Amino acid sequence: MRRASRRKFREILISLPSLFWLSLFFIVPTLFVFAIALKPANPFGGIGAGWTWANFRSLANPNSLTVAWRTLWISVVSAAVCIVLAVPIGYYLARVSARWKGVFLMLIIVPFWTNFLIRIFAWKVLLHPEGAVKKGLAFLGLVGSQTSLLYNAGAVVLVTVYTFLPFTILPIYAAAEKFDFQLLEAARDLGARRFQAFIKVFLPGIRRGLVTALLFVFIPALGSYVIPDIVGGPGGEMIGNKIAQRVFVDRSLPQASALSVVLILSVLAPLLAVLVLQRKREKSGSLLSVNR
Amino acid sequence: MRRSRWPFVLTLAVLFFFYLPILILIVNSFNVSRFESGWQGFSLMWYKRLFHEPEIWRAAKNSLLIAAGATAVSLVIGTTAAIALHRFARSRLQRFHFGLVYTPLVVPEILMGISLLMLFVAAGVELGLLTIFLAHVTFCVSFVAMTVLARLQDFDESIVEAARDLGAGWWETTRRVLLPMLLPGLVAGGLLAFTLSIDDFVITFFVAGPGSTTLPIRVYSMIKHGSPPLINALSTILLVLTFTAVAASQRLSRSRRKGPQ
Repeated sequence: MRRASRRKFREILISLPSLFWLSLFFIVPTLFVFAIALKPANPFGGIGAGWTWANFRSLANPNSLTVAWRTLWISVVSAAVCIVLAVPIGYYLARVSARWKGVFLMLIIVPFWTNFLIRIFAWKVLLHPEGAVKKGLAFLGLVGSQTSLLYNAGAVVLVTVYTFLPFTILPIYAAAEKFDFQLLEAARDLGARRFQAFIKVFLPGIRRGLVTALLFVFIPALGSYVIPDIVGGPGGEMIGNKIAQRVFVDRSLPQASALSVVLILSVLAPLLAVLVLQRKREKSGSLLSVNR
Repeated sequence: MRRSRWPFVLTLAVLFFFYLPILILIVNSFNVSRFESGWQGFSLMWYKRLFHEPEIWRAAKNSLLIAAGATAVSLVIGTTAAIALHRFARSRLQRFHFGLVYTPLVVPEILMGISLLMLFVAAGVELGLLTIFLAHVTFCVSFVAMTVLARLQDFDESIVEAARDLGAGWWETTRRVLLPMLLPGLVAGGLLAFTLSIDDFVITFFVAGPGSTTLPIRVYSMIKHGSPPLINALSTILLVLTFTAVAASQRLSRSRRKGPQ
C-alpha cells in the first residue's frame, strides 16, 4: 500500500512540469477563446463586460458563409489532390530497391528544410505575371495574357498541395512498406485487372496510412492562414484570414474568438469521426477487415 | 509480372515540382534584375545589400535567442513528460497526459496563436520576446516529448534494473545509465525544437509585440512590402545554413552508429 502511494507520488512529480505547462498554456487559453467569444467588444480593442451571443449572430451573413464554404472546398480539394499524387508515389517507393528508396525519400524531404514562408514566396514569384510558370503557359498558348495565376483560390490549392504533399507521401509510404505485395499478384492470378487489383486490394491494405495522410493535409488546410494571405488575394480568403483580420485590422478579439470556435469545432469533427470509425472497426473484430 | 511505369514517372514529375520553385529562387538571388523578368547578368549585389540591413540582423539575433531558450526549457519539460508517459504508461493520469501532449501536434497553428494571444491579453502580459518564448516552449514540448518517448520505447529496461541491482542509487542510475542512453533522443528532440522555433511564423505573429521581430516575421514583412531579390538572397543563405546543419547532424549520428558501443 505504501509502495503504491509512493509510486503514485513519483508519477505525479515527474508528470507535473508538462501537466502544469500545457494546462496553463494550452487548456486555459482554449477555454479563454470560448469565454471571450461570448463577451462584447469594447471600443478600445479590448474585451467588454457582460455576456452576449452577438459575436456568433454576426457570423450568420452571406460573406462569412462564402468564406466558410471556400475554406471547406479548398481543404477537401487539396487533400484529394495530395492523396491522388501520394498513393502512386508511396506504392513506387515501397517497391523500388532499398538504395533508390533512400535516395528518393531524401529528395522528398530535403526541399522542406527550407522555411515555410520562403517556399510560399517562391511560388508567388513563379506565378507572378512576369514569372516563369505564367510565361511558359502563355508561350504554349494555355493561358491568355490577361489570365492571372496569382491571387485566386486555385493558387491557394496549388501551394497547399506543394506544402503538404510530403506529409501525405510519408505515411502512405510507411503503410505501403508493410503491405504484402504478393496479395496483388494473387488478385491478378485470380483474374483481376491491374487497376482493379490496385483499387480493391492495395488501397484497403494501406487504409491506416490513407487516413493519417488525409488528416495531415485536411486539418492544417482548414486552419490555413499564410498561404491564402500571400497567394490568395480577396478571392482566396479562408477562415484563418478572417481571424487575423478581426485581430489585426478590426481589433475585435471577441469576434476573432467566435470565428476560432467555429474553426476548433470544424477541426474536431474529422478527428472524432476517425476515432469513432476506428473504435467500431476494432469492436467488429479483425475477421471483417480481412474479408473486406 | 510487368510493373506499370507510371508511378515512377509521376515520382520524377513530383520531385521536379518540389525543386522548381526553390531552384528558381536561388538562381534569381544572383540575378541583376530587380524584378523576375529574365536573366540580366550575374551579381552578388543583393547579398551585399543584405549586410546593410540592420533590422535583419536584429531579427536574427532575437530568433536565435528565443530558439535557444525555448529549446532548453522544452527539452526539460518534454523529457520529463516522456519519462512519465513511458514509465507509468497504463495509469489513468497518463492517458490524460498523453492526450494533453498529443493534441497540440494536431491543432492548426493559428488556433494555438490566437488562444495564447487571448491568454496574454486577458492576463495583461505585455506582448514581446517573453510571450514569444512562452508560446514556442508550448509547441516544442509536444515534439520533444514524442521524440524522446520513441527513443524510450525501444530501449532495454533491464539495463536500468541491472544498475539498480548493482547498487546504483536513483541519481546515479539517471546520470550514468538513463541519460547517456537517452542522449540521441535528446539531441534529436533538441534539434527539432530549435528548428521549429527558428522557423515558426504563424504563432509568433499572433503573440509578438512591437519591437519583438523574429527572422520569419521580418521575412514576412519583406514578402509583403520589401524587394524580392533581397528575400531571394536571404532565403539562399538560410537554405545553405540549414543544409550544412542537417548534413553535419546526419554525419554525426552516422559516425556514432558506426563507432564502438
